[in-house]
Amino acid sequence: MRVRVEQTALPGIGVRHDLVMASGRRIGVVSHRSGRRDLVLYDQDDPDACIASLPLTDDEAEALADLLGASLMLGQLAGLRSQAAGLLTEQISIPAGSPWAHRRLGDTRARTRTGASIVAVLRDREVIASPVPSFAFQTGDVVVVVGTREGLDGVAAILAETEPDG
Amino acid sequence: MHDLSILLIELGTVLLGLSLLGRIGRRVGLSPIPLYLIAGLAFGEGGLLPLSASEEFIEVGAEMGVILLLVMLGLEYSAGELVSNLRSSAPAGLIDAVLNALPGAAFALLMGWDWVAALVLAGITWVSSSGVIAKVLSDLGRLGNRETPVVLSVLVIEDLAMALYLPLLTAVLAGVSLAAGATSLVIAVATVVVVLLVAIRFGNAISAFIAADDAEALLLGVLGVTLLVSGLADKLQVSAAVGAFLVGIALSGPVAHHAVELLTPLRDLFAAVFFVFFGLSTHPAEIPHVLLPALALAALTMSTKVLTGYLGAKRAGIALPGRFRAGLALMPRGEFSIVIAGLAVAAGVEPQLASLATAYVLITVITGPMLARIPDTEWFKAMLRRRTATVPAHPIPQTDTSL
Repeated sequence: MRVRVEQTALPGIGVRHDLVMASGRRIGVVSHRSGRRDLVLYDQDDPDACIASLPLTDDEAEALADLLGASLMLGQLAGLRSQAAGLLTEQISIPAGSPWAHRRLGDTRARTRTGASIVAVLRDREVIASPVPSFAFQTGDVVVVVGTREGLDGVAAILAETEPDG
Repeated sequence: MHDLSILLIELGTVLLGLSLLGRIGRRVGLSPIPLYLIAGLAFGEGGLLPLSASEEFIEVGAEMGVILLLVMLGLEYSAGELVSNLRSSAPAGLIDAVLNALPGAAFALLMGWDWVAALVLAGITWVSSSGVIAKVLSDLGRLGNRETPVVLSVLVIEDLAMALYLPLLTAVLAGVSLAAGATSLVIAVATVVVVLLVAIRFGNAISAFIAADDAEALLLGVLGVTLLVSGLADKLQVSAAVGAFLVGIALSGPVAHHAVELLTPLRDLFAAVFFVFFGLSTHPAEIPHVLLPALALAALTMSTKVLTGYLGAKRAGIALPGRFRAGLALMPRGEFSIVIAGLAVAAGVEPQLASLATAYVLITVITGPMLARIPDTEWFKAMLRRRTATVPAHPIPQTDTSL
């Protein structure tokens, strides 16, 4: 983590974490003992004061955290796509009943056969970045692939095979 | 049986009246404390509608109210938090005590009262209202502000200081000799230190002992321990309020969390009764006599609170607007000032003290939260900008290490 998060105790209320963004703005989170969390945004002219304080319930905070974490990864991939013309990303899911569930990523030999790479797997709202060849798929996984159009189609075809030849 | 029906009718009327007042207060953004005090004035002797049968019940209820106010206050802090706060914020606490307690004491002596009354008034002007201020900070969306920890530390130090001040005051009010007063102070200090140490070391064990799976057993357990310890503390002349505060500190973790949930409605009920009771013990006819002194005292000690917050925030490296926000937020006095005045009135110190304290708390607790909004107004910000523009740019203190 390249940003530094500062922690401050708020006696009787909870704790506050805040950080300064590259743009110079300061944002923070006030965590109440009760579990409530406030997302706070600081004033540009008066960095001691917050101009907005948004109360979040436990569930809302979790949803927002997921959103920020996931979009960060997809945002990076989107950036990659625009930089290198002809390079595409695709998300391919492993449906229930797929022969690939419980088989290892290495078994697909996707890169050797298609030139496209499996760069990440999304599982249960978690991101598994750069999975190793011994990584085992599960039903419901979403595989993120980067490559040319033909490469992506090739990986999709491999993952759709009913009788993987290993 | 006849008395019982009158008691029920009176209590019902009072509570219903409080509910209406509270609702009106919330609509205009006013703390209920001043409204309850005014209700007490109206129901008291010489008021609009004097109560006859329920005074005794209200008196006991008021005592419960003080105990519940303090146990809840203690529950908000953990012992570790108090100790670490004491280390880092002792200077701010000291400035606070000197700037706000001394004017109160001096004022009492100017009024021609004795030193016991001076000690009482010092306490009344010293302590800000944690309840009202925490509410104001959260209403104004300032919990995330960087000066807020300064404000909260001052409140914590004050609350901790009360754990030493109240037993001392109780001893002095009981009219004991200097030696006995010193003894009870030593007992109080020792008790507070021992409770803090025990709470840090064995807080989990104590909490586990009281912890219960069902809400009812937990409620009765916490309430029982609190009343028992308060009673024992009172016997030792350490003051029931301090006993309750220490019980609150000793409980921690999930037990404290659940206890807060369970006790809040009870606290709301009995604290309201307590404020009404205090209003009852004040004669409304006396208020006009003390109004001018109360206004002067309020103006004086509200300015010293602004200075306290200003200096505390400056020490923490907060810029000018934040210093004013901290100062103006600290102005309201409330529950503790009334607790102190209540002790003094019960002991028969200076008859004018109750009406002065009522008027004083009414003034600060009504105007304080309103004045706390000033730093958010455009004209105030513009004024500060002009000031900083005319003063040659002084560097903003760089305290955060995150850059």
